[in-house]
Amino acid sequence: MSEKLVEVRKLRKHFLLKSGVFGTTGIVHAVDDIDFDISTGETLGLVGESGCGKTTTGLMATGLLPPTSGNILIAGTDLWTLNAAERRRLTTRVQMVFQDPYGSLDPRMTVGDLVGEPLLVHKIADRNERSDLVKKMLDRVGLSAEHYKRYPHEFSGGQAQRIGIARALILNPKFVVADEPVSALDVSVRAQILNLLRGLQQDLQLTYLFITHDLSVVRHMSDRIAVMYLGRIVEVAEKRDLFDSPKHPYTQALVLAVPIPDPKRAKERKRKVLFGDVASPVNPPPGCRFHTRCPLADEYCKNNEPPLVEVGSKHLVACHRVG
Amino acid sequence: MSLQVSDLQTYFYVREGVVKAVDGVSFEMKKGETMGIVGESGCGKSVTALSILRLVADPGRIVGGKIVFEGEDLLRKTDDEMRKIRGGRIAMIFQNPATSLNPVFTVGFQIGEAIGLHQNLPESQVPEKAVEMLKVVGIPEPRKRAGEYPHVFSGGMRQRAMIAMSLSCNPSLLIADEPTTALDVTIQAQILELMKELRNSFGASILLITHDIGLVAELAEKVAVMYSGHIVENASTEALFENPCHPYTQGLIASIPKPDVDVERLATIPGVVPDALNPPTGCHFHPRCPKAMDICKKEDPRTREVEAGHTVSCFLFGDA
Repeated sequence: MSEKLVEVRKLRKHFLLKSGVFGTTGIVHAVDDIDFDISTGETLGLVGESGCGKTTTGLMATGLLPPTSGNILIAGTDLWTLNAAERRRLTTRVQMVFQDPYGSLDPRMTVGDLVGEPLLVHKIADRNERSDLVKKMLDRVGLSAEHYKRYPHEFSGGQAQRIGIARALILNPKFVVADEPVSALDVSVRAQILNLLRGLQQDLQLTYLFITHDLSVVRHMSDRIAVMYLGRIVEVAEKRDLFDSPKHPYTQALVLAVPIPDPKRAKERKRKVLFGDVASPVNPPPGCRFHTRCPLADEYCKNNEPPLVEVGSKHLVACHRVG
Repeated sequence: MSLQVSDLQTYFYVREGVVKAVDGVSFEMKKGETMGIVGESGCGKSVTALSILRLVADPGRIVGGKIVFEGEDLLRKTDDEMRKIRGGRIAMIFQNPATSLNPVFTVGFQIGEAIGLHQNLPESQVPEKAVEMLKVVGIPEPRKRAGEYPHVFSGGMRQRAMIAMSLSCNPSLLIADEPTTALDVTIQAQILELMKELRNSFGASILLITHDIGLVAELAEKVAVMYSGHIVENASTEALFENPCHPYTQGLIASIPKPDVDVERLATIPGVVPDALNPPTGCHFHPRCPKAMDICKKEDPRTREVEAGHTVSCFLFGDA
């Protein structure tokens, strides 16, 4: 049994909405008391629609955003009980790949500088060694040493994402958070980057938190998948289980909503269309947050938050009407 | 309704040269059909849609071809005549609902504007018709919503409002350019089901422009695949998936992760989409094509029919 590299306990992030100079009009419950673990070498997919809190979760897990409360343990050490210097050292083990391949690269730095910067910041290796390490990493991600002196705008989206991946891996992290790494890329390029990420995971024994709204992509990349809705985790299961037998009404709707790129199978599939829009994370509804759109919601659901409970092997669901 | 696009050429004259965004595109649509045009960024699909409505702005120009809609060549119409057609007989929904609604007018006003321009309704009845359209597209409390401004609408609601606007004048042809790309997947499902219902009740033909092949599989009976300004394959949706002929189509379908099938590694198309200013000679796809031959580098492939209603532009199917 693999040991747990990442442990998240009762993680919470609330943002205060200010009005005027002194007033506060509401609290955005971006992430509300979530728990999950990731074993060494595993890929946990984190899936949900916009506003569900998945990116906020990713930012907290990498040390880029302080939580309101809760714990994030990397290899047993709580990230946020450390002081800033210690945390910076620990986060060399944790890195992030961002969604916008151009937005995350400084346009005035060369590829060599961009990929080498983490080494510089953490004072690892002298100039010559840095240059070597960078060139090796460029090669690993499918670029070449001749790209060293070029600038981000000279590259295609897929190549720019490779630069971002190289920069994320240059410090030899153990845990990588990938936040929508292929959403901004053309369809035919996505496959290249997804294959690259899988290959690197095997070669470098990486653990991934793979954040996306795209169910087909998350299915391809993950071992287990956690589904988020309005700041809460509503279901966690191994990939096959999640798609073959989703238990939470939201997961069911999500899985059935994805267009299938095959007209015959698309016709056979019966969809469950949810009514209404996603409720606002500002002052969310009482009880189960999904009750406003749930076809199964009853009085109890409207007043009581469902806990996340185990309903099968490694399969957890937060729903009063299940199990 | 009938639409025949023949050899359409729309070029953009920019400082660095000429971008042949659409370079010899031909296709047909019949009444009641839903057709998809599928392709990646830069392939020319949006420019094709804009060309039909003569919405291509400087430095772009339609430089060749014919667009015959219900027997009339749209490229020969005056501006006034096109204005009567746009929004009336041909309507369009754009990709980003946030930017296609005017923020300083209420939603009801904007829908009413389209109705007022194209229908022969007395002015007093227009607001009521606008409310009715909001109801038809499933917006709850339509009367209240008609008096609101776009910024209070969610993305899904805005797209519904756009659909209401586009259908309010009973167009024979609805062009939808990436109608669900900016929306969450469960909202996308709602909009898809809505479009299916409405095309039945309004009898509109739909030209669906998208990069999402899954959407095409759900909604369209026919599909054309575009690459770098050309249509490389055109077939019924079923035939395209059952028997994709062009290497690009095959690569595209194979490289997409399917929501219900697991594979170890995804098939990929090596390389990147060509530079619009300096595309490769001959067949634009040849540098990325696993089956490229000598002739592919030198000449443009002609379009050949491989089975009834299924055409491909590829030397593998003759003329090599």
